[in-house]
Amino acid sequence: MMDLFNILVTESFWAASLRIASPLIFGVLGALICERAGVLNLGIEGIFVVGAMCGWMAVWLGAGLWGGVLVAALAGGLFGLLHAFLTVPLGLSQHVSGLGITLFATSVSYFTYRTALPNVSSPPRIEPFQPMDVPILSDLPFLGPVLFQQTALTWLALLMVALVWYVMDRTALGVALKAVGDNPDSVDAQGLSVYALRIWAIVAGSAMMALGGAFLTMSAFDAFFFGMVNGRGWVCIALVIFASWRPGKALLGALLFGAFDALQVRLQTEMGALVPGQVFLMAPYILSIVALVIAARSADYPRALLTPWFKGQR
Amino acid sequence: MTDTKVLKLNGLSKRFGPVVANDDVSLSLNRGEVLALLGENGAGKTTLMNMLFGHYLPDAGSVEVADTQGSLQALQLGHPQAALAAGVGMVHQHFALAENINALDNITLGSEPMLSLRRNRQAARAKVEELMARSGLTAPLDVPVGRLSVGERQRVEILKALYRDARILVLDEPTAVLTPQEADTLFASIKAMTKDGLSVIFISHKLREVLAFSDRIAVLRHGKKVGEMPTSDADENMIATLMVGAETPKVTRQAATPGTPLFSLKNVSVSGRSKRDTLNDVSVTVHANEILGIAGVSGNGQTGFANLVSGLAVPSNGTLHVHGEQIAHPTPAAMIEAGIGRIPEDRHHEGIVGAMSVAENMVIERLHDPEVQSRGLMRREAIQANAERLARSYDVRGPGTDAPARLLSGGNIQKLILARVFERSPRVILANQPTRGLDMGAAAEVGRRLLEARNRGAGVILISEDLDEVLGLADRIMVIRDGALIEAPNRNRTQVGLMMAGEPA
Amino acid sequence: MIRIEPRENPSRAFALGIPVLSALIALALAAIPLLAAGANPIAAYGQMLKGVFGSVFAISEMLTRATPLIFTGLAAALAFRAKLWNIGAEGQLYLGAMAAVAVGSGLLDISGVLLVPLVIVMGAAAGAAGMVAPTYLKVRFGADEVVTTLLLNFIILIFLQMMLEGPLQDPMSLGWPQSAPILDQGVLPPLMDRMRVHSGLIIGLVLAAAAQFMLVRSVWGFKLRAVGENAPAARHAGINVNRSLFGVAAISGALAGLAGVSEVAGLKGYLTTDLSPGFGYTGIVVAMLAGLSPAGVVIAALFIASVFVGADSMSRAMGVSSFLADLVVSMSLLCVLIGGFLAKFRIERTGRRGAKA
Repeated sequence: MMDLFNILVTESFWAASLRIASPLIFGVLGALICERAGVLNLGIEGIFVVGAMCGWMAVWLGAGLWGGVLVAALAGGLFGLLHAFLTVPLGLSQHVSGLGITLFATSVSYFTYRTALPNVSSPPRIEPFQPMDVPILSDLPFLGPVLFQQTALTWLALLMVALVWYVMDRTALGVALKAVGDNPDSVDAQGLSVYALRIWAIVAGSAMMALGGAFLTMSAFDAFFFGMVNGRGWVCIALVIFASWRPGKALLGALLFGAFDALQVRLQTEMGALVPGQVFLMAPYILSIVALVIAARSADYPRALLTPWFKGQR
Repeated sequence: MTDTKVLKLNGLSKRFGPVVANDDVSLSLNRGEVLALLGENGAGKTTLMNMLFGHYLPDAGSVEVADTQGSLQALQLGHPQAALAAGVGMVHQHFALAENINALDNITLGSEPMLSLRRNRQAARAKVEELMARSGLTAPLDVPVGRLSVGERQRVEILKALYRDARILVLDEPTAVLTPQEADTLFASIKAMTKDGLSVIFISHKLREVLAFSDRIAVLRHGKKVGEMPTSDADENMIATLMVGAETPKVTRQAATPGTPLFSLKNVSVSGRSKRDTLNDVSVTVHANEILGIAGVSGNGQTGFANLVSGLAVPSNGTLHVHGEQIAHPTPAAMIEAGIGRIPEDRHHEGIVGAMSVAENMVIERLHDPEVQSRGLMRREAIQANAERLARSYDVRGPGTDAPARLLSGGNIQKLILARVFERSPRVILANQPTRGLDMGAAAEVGRRLLEARNRGAGVILISEDLDEVLGLADRIMVIRDGALIEAPNRNRTQVGLMMAGEPA
Repeated sequence: MIRIEPRENPSRAFALGIPVLSALIALALAAIPLLAAGANPIAAYGQMLKGVFGSVFAISEMLTRATPLIFTGLAAALAFRAKLWNIGAEGQLYLGAMAAVAVGSGLLDISGVLLVPLVIVMGAAAGAAGMVAPTYLKVRFGADEVVTTLLLNFIILIFLQMMLEGPLQDPMSLGWPQSAPILDQGVLPPLMDRMRVHSGLIIGLVLAAAAQFMLVRSVWGFKLRAVGENAPAARHAGINVNRSLFGVAAISGALAGLAGVSEVAGLKGYLTTDLSPGFGYTGIVVAMLAGLSPAGVVIAALFIASVFVGADSMSRAMGVSSFLADLVVSMSLLCVLIGGFLAKFRIERTGRRGAKA
């Protein structure tokens, strides 16, 4: 018990939690934007892969770190556009289309990577984002190392939480997005385009998801590996239900998950002799299911989620 | 002043596949006038208005709307935005409101710049409050619309149109969800607004309110305009004949003496998720040879009551008896087994499996009947023969018994359900909104079948929001309000209406 | 202006033609990545064809590859028919495989004749349990089975590593995470001498035929279709929807579990963490290509297996990444989705009469 407490008060633990949470923050926000507009995007897992691969490759080809971030977002948006085309004007099954996008995006990324680098034994590395040392603030006790020695991408993730919250809560666009996910007719009757709102929401949400992938290759690690996304996208889909489609709670959910993941790594090193390490590896996924089970019944689903809408069919 | 044209529809036509929804319809509307657009279900009223509002693009024809100076201008078709800008507002029968945002946001949706990072709500709020004061239509502005009552939602819908400076207001069946008294208040507000120059088209099939509140009447039948006259020249018989194209088939009820109790609830409560599926301490007995009519404004527990009788809801307390035997664990299967025939409210959603064939839908309630299956395998020949027989005797028309049931028209879907239910000669029949959305002929057929069942000794529970239907068919009337059932002391239309509104009879 | 109109009654030929056409279009689209990789597409297609049909061995390889896909394709097709989104066939496959090696590798002392049926039954039961659990969470708590089954795939894979480094590890494996081999009496016999195609294929074909028959002809299939097409109407008509869901969940999971049994007891002989290169996920594509019809699953599985085997052989000959196969598979899913749309709807260009003035 004492050990657990000791872990929880260390700066490095909380810094790690925030680091682990960062890609999930992007992912949950992306899923949140899509679902608020009424469309489930199960392409998330594949879009993470695309973001990770494209971001990394752009930097590897000399685009610079922020160039890589931009390329990742654009690539994610492109796959989002495909999902949007299939699910919005065509109104196809959001489940199947999303899984198709995941398979497609993943195989495109793997094929491209393999074709660009046919014979490498160890994946080439790039110079990733470095922790930003903010003068004075970084030296604050506790908060300094936790908050102010993170990379720029973590800061971008936190900024995005604020941005998405502001747009959803304080702007006409946010109101329209929430309305189109609740009752598309309400938007249509007021002369707004249901299609445009949904398509742009999916594109923006997918670009956001891709940033989560880019974080993996450009901040958490410095190279691209097969299988590196490892279910993070699916975790985000569970977390967005846990977060009741609210940006603030999405941040909280991602942080809880990050803390839990950081904790399991530390417990694994401390208790590895007693329990097989895999028990700890499993824990975050189990936690996601538990969170889903707790939240599911009371979840306030966007009413139009999964329901296609066709113009002129009222 | 009254003869200034504000709207002209010129020769509008619209086809959906092989179906002609509107055929060369022309109409005009004067300033400050209330025009009633009448017709049976499927006559093309809603399609016509959807073309005016830009939801549908007409195959032929044009629309002219007066601008603020009063001169008629061609309207760009197929664009709701153009209709809104021209001052046409539409209130749909199914409200086009987002329930997760408040009334003010619903009203101003789409009239603010989308990409602006700041909103000025003060001016918008002031304008809406001014409109509420002027029209007498009020609703709470800061509560999510999901928490408003049906009447409040409808007012929000009208305010939405007025906020957009609508000079022409189209109301699609505005009173379907209101008590008679609420409807009167609504029409009084509308009358007052027409004095300020608002012009109104309202769609209805209720002859009574049309005669009472409109200035002029236009009647559609099979997509064509078949009559147009000042309301002062019209009477109920004449309009009904125009709507149906022949004398209205009348179902007449002869008095009957109720027999033994067949179905009873004692102090039953159902805790639902909302007001519509909640029942509070309901006690009722249905006898043989009796039609019990349950009147009420929609959303007052009708769904809860129907779910209970259908076996879909489990009572939280109280007892339920069928033929004197208590049913402790009601399920749909148990209710079917006990001889209760159920005609569901939403025939598309609960009545049929649209993707399965007509024949399959006709046996779906008796899958364990040896006539339908043997040793776990469906008996296809028997099912087919059954379907053909039922389709003949209940006049189910469509592309054949092998075709998916969703291809049937609404009336034929209802006949399919009637066939399935009546075929088993149930002792108790629950008919929940059985004529909603049907044309007069089909509705009369449903009424005739219910009376027939009652005459052969069944007990019938008829739930309907159409008070005139309840008054016409029921031997005994109860009113449902806030999940409670109250016996109506008499068959007086006004008194029952007052009870529906929650006022002491 | 473009308008979407539903087709009155989509023709049968259309419904059958769409998947075939989609598959061919996806295959044709593979020319783009082939060109991008600097290969001559014509030569590549030739290589692929040769790799699949060039010899008896090649055909045997294709059938071997199709076998697990028939099982996982059936698993997805039946569950999807009931609108139960079982995306967890990958995990259920490994559960089946683990159960198979647990009873088949000599841990229990069972006489030879009984071993094969026991391996099959235990594998199916383990897979079934892997789908019944998330179905329970769905029915009881409303937890979306898409997410739970997806997450379970990862949990089960980690559990597998744990087992292969623990109780199931082969003591002779020198520390490799690998199970002991299935005993000879527990092996699904091969169908041809010196070929890898094994009797798992026969089991798959029999199950596909049985599933097709049951779905179309039985009361069970009637209920399953009704629940999938319109659950509220099915419930209203007295069908026990939850029971139907649990039933199809168990069968779907069992079929996925059998994919694992078939791979481990028919092909590999022992269990490692890379037993399945995503057969569970590919099964979803197979099911969609088959239009969720069990009979169609067999044909779709043969097609997808051909793509994999053909691409593998082309990859070896021409140096193009074998991820090309995954690309074709995912594209055929997207194509069949769009094709299914075209079968149900017509896209009409509407003239703008009236607006011209």
